Amino acid sequence: MSTAQRAPLVELKHVDRFFRKGNATLKVLQDINLNVYPNEILCLVGESGCGKTTTGKIIAGLLNHSGGEVNVQGRPLASYSDRREKAHLRRTFQIVHQDPFASLNPSHTIAKILSFPLLRHKMVKNRTELAARLLELLELVDLTPPQDILNKYPHQLSGGQRQRVSIARALTVQPKLIVADEAVSMVDVSIRIGILKMLLRLKEELDIAIVFITHDLALAKYFAWQGRIAVMYLGRIVEIGRTPDVIGNPAHPYTRALLAAVPEADPDVTRAKEEMPLRSEDIPGLLNIPHGCAFHPRCPFFVPGLCDAEVPKLAVARGFNQEAACAPLELGLPLTTYAG
Amino acid sequence: MADGSVVLSVEDISITYTTQRGIVQAVSNVSFDLHAGETLALIGESGCGKSTIVLGLIGLLPKTGKITTGKVTYRRRDGRLIDVLGLNKEQMRQFLWNECSMVFQGALNSLNPVLKISSMIYDTARAHGMRADEAKKRALSLFEKVRLDPLRVFNSYPHELSGGMRQRVLLATALLLRPQVVIMDEPTTAVDILTQRSIIKVLKQLREELNFSVIFISHDLAVAAEIADTVATMYAGEIIEKGPVSEVFYRPRHAYTLGLLEAAPRLSTGAEELMSIPGSPPDLIDPPKGCKFHMRCRFVTDECKTTKPPLQASSPT
Repeated sequence: MSTAQRAPLVELKHVDRFFRKGNATLKVLQDINLNVYPNEILCLVGESGCGKTTTGKIIAGLLNHSGGEVNVQGRPLASYSDRREKAHLRRTFQIVHQDPFASLNPSHTIAKILSFPLLRHKMVKNRTELAARLLELLELVDLTPPQDILNKYPHQLSGGQRQRVSIARALTVQPKLIVADEAVSMVDVSIRIGILKMLLRLKEELDIAIVFITHDLALAKYFAWQGRIAVMYLGRIVEIGRTPDVIGNPAHPYTRALLAAVPEADPDVTRAKEEMPLRSEDIPGLLNIPHGCAFHPRCPFFVPGLCDAEVPKLAVARGFNQEAACAPLELGLPLTTYAG
Repeated sequence: MADGSVVLSVEDISITYTTQRGIVQAVSNVSFDLHAGETLALIGESGCGKSTIVLGLIGLLPKTGKITTGKVTYRRRDGRLIDVLGLNKEQMRQFLWNECSMVFQGALNSLNPVLKISSMIYDTARAHGMRADEAKKRALSLFEKVRLDPLRVFNSYPHELSGGMRQRVLLATALLLRPQVVIMDEPTTAVDILTQRSIIKVLKQLREELNFSVIFISHDLAVAAEIADTVATMYAGEIIEKGPVSEVFYRPRHAYTLGLLEAAPRLSTGAEELMSIPGSPPDLIDPPKGCKFHMRCRFVTDECKTTKPPLQASSPT
């Protein structure tokens, strides 16, 4: 993979993130090790509460970490101290939120929404440059003709168009990385693919990296086919690797269970899917994360004394190309028969 | 199928909403028959009118909504036909739950947070003349069928249950009074993948054992592919294609259905080429002439722009 040759944009090393809730501590992220390389696509997938959004926010610099290290372009985050350097960080990372109804100010025109960051970060020198840049940005996100869009308010646009404006706004500061948090899950199916294709094109044209957060595995597979997928469960990464490896030959039992459970838009395929019987259907709460591998109370391949003893480390098991955190897998035990 | 097997017949129903901008033609001349034991999936994108139809069927339209044309006929188990739209308030109240029940999208919003599940069951039973002990027995057996711990759940408050458990409670409660028709509005949209799988599984089992009919509303083609017998695609307030699930998925005849299928990513294939449908749905305050999809259609002809095509059986291709 070509991305591996470049130094990472962001490095998370043993990153934890805890939240206090009353007297309790919620361990939302534990021991996250993750690099984001320039111009790569990295998908974070998992179910609600797995920590994918928190990870995305830490990558985008919107949230501090509780433990571990975050390095940005080779330097510890804390070393970016003065105002100028912090402004530089803000320009480097941008986020596109899920809900374009909520993330665009309804009382501002599109022109104003896009002008604000351009002026704030002095990305343009004068009005002529500003006007030209606005048109250019709207054309980049396929909102044409751009003159028609500029003076509109968000409510005058469709959901898909609004999300394109959000993306254009993220592009105003010429970021190196965009975190797209469920960026198309509120957009209708027929329009979704158009927005994803546009993001892929922008990635190439503008040399940006995209961290794409989604709960939809099929979407992750489509979008990140040339990139990587990290599967998260209860605050940890349980599997990470190139997308074709993770989707085509899943290693971790949790990833296997997810892939076996996803319905597909093909009646014969979806009805013939072989289900993976879980030992429990309930996701444990973040207040009492199970000991050892957090998936062990549900895992059909649970090995008593092994899985519930220590937290498994990410490693490449025999027969796989990607890393997975599963003790029996690492020992080379065949994960074929289901435990009772 | 013989006519006697139709439990719910919807004929030529149209629904409008009055808004500040004008009158929205949310549903236009929709007809369909629901047979005993059949699962019909109404699929379409936001604003296509799929939820409006069922709200109209069960008398829950907001005040701004109005049914302008159409007839809905329901066949009771004893063979008597009921004109659903002609029911008064009290008759409609009895009709719901007894004959037709509804499972809404957000399970947490459908359960009263200050009432135990047991109270909700008893209230529902009392309002419909079912004895308390019978209701409890029936509820416990249904909870068992949807794979919940019956007594524990019966005595719980909603917040003590997980999202998937709550959704299964709603499913079980909907069947409490043995309705022939259960309407489900995106029942698996707000839940996680593994939970969704268990709900789908439970639903399939229940359907087999209790043989009720389902109207399933969804924007998710994959879930429809999984559970539907019949699929009806809706666009801009109309049913534009309807047929057996395998026909609609493998031999779609309408350009819009084809477009939706081409836009749906799949897991079991390798790298794939997907396509979006260009443009966006029309404004239903001022709907276009002819076929409402013609502005986005790649097969458009001049005739499409002027003449509205009827829903008719197409010859095999």
